[in-house]
Amino acid sequence: MAANAATDARVTDVSFYDVDDTHHHEAGGSTMLGFWIYLMSDALIFATLFATYGVLSTSYAGGPSPREIFELPLVAVNTGLLLVSSITYGFAMIAMQEGNLRGTQLWLALTGLLGIGFVGIELFEFTELIHEGATPQTSAFLSAFFTLVATHGLHVTFGILWLGVMLVQLSQRGLHPENQRRLMCLSMFWHFLDVVWIGVFTFVYLLGVLR
Amino acid sequence: MNDATQTPDAHGHAQAHGHLSRRGYLIGFLLSVVLTAVPFWLVMTGVLQDAQTTAILIVAFAVVQIIVHTVCFLHVNTQSEGGWTLMAYAFTAVVVLIVIAGSLWIMYHLNTNMMPMTAEMGAGS
Repeated sequence: MAANAATDARVTDVSFYDVDDTHHHEAGGSTMLGFWIYLMSDALIFATLFATYGVLSTSYAGGPSPREIFELPLVAVNTGLLLVSSITYGFAMIAMQEGNLRGTQLWLALTGLLGIGFVGIELFEFTELIHEGATPQTSAFLSAFFTLVATHGLHVTFGILWLGVMLVQLSQRGLHPENQRRLMCLSMFWHFLDVVWIGVFTFVYLLGVLR
Repeated sequence: MNDATQTPDAHGHAQAHGHLSRRGYLIGFLLSVVLTAVPFWLVMTGVLQDAQTTAILIVAFAVVQIIVHTVCFLHVNTQSEGGWTLMAYAFTAVVVLIVIAGSLWIMYHLNTNMMPMTAEMGAGS
């Protein structure tokens, strides 16, 4: 009884400071919003690269046009890989929510492999283009193309590195709140890159081949 | 009682983006598969003879797919982070549109209003 009264007193004290906000102030509470705003600034970088590509996309300077060099089947496979990696990451987050460490690790590893496949195919595409003489130095169109697509690819590469680090963290320390927070940030990063890729395959590849 | 409500709250904040569900991800995935496959199919088979119509259609598909990804995968809605992710998203979308559409508009008019010039004129002098 006495203990109960003491607890009650403490609780009232706490509620005196903690007026109406019971769940917005624990550690890392604003991390998600901060990371989201970083992603939005990243979106602005991509916006300038898309705008540059849009302006320069018909400046061939005697070099090849998109129709001559883009291979849509390859791009379709790449798009598929990134799309599937989105849902495997989603399943990793659900496994994390259920406190299932093994499941989280498996889905994350699968996501990482799909990401590596994506970057691998992109590098293959770039080397093919360069072998055909379609280098970034050939025309303004190709400079803008390589800048935009490689910036996205570089983001995916860093996402894969981050994913690898998280797998190590998970195997060492498990699903503690800090790791959960990091995985939520990486989740946003990964899905955000998928959204940028929608712009790339539509505006660069599909519209390029149509032209 | 206070303890009972406090603990899940302090712990459950990791799910600030709403409760994640398998259903939500699956719906988003199926929609995005369709929204990706149709534009690729339109361009690769060229079913619609008219390039202009095809272009308008695939841009429309891209816009819809971006919205689907934003809602189903990024969980942007009026509730997450007290609506601030949505605010930041809307602001960014406006700036992105201004940057891209504005650049294209200005450079298009710059090009069409330039005096005709051939490659030799530029290289020769």
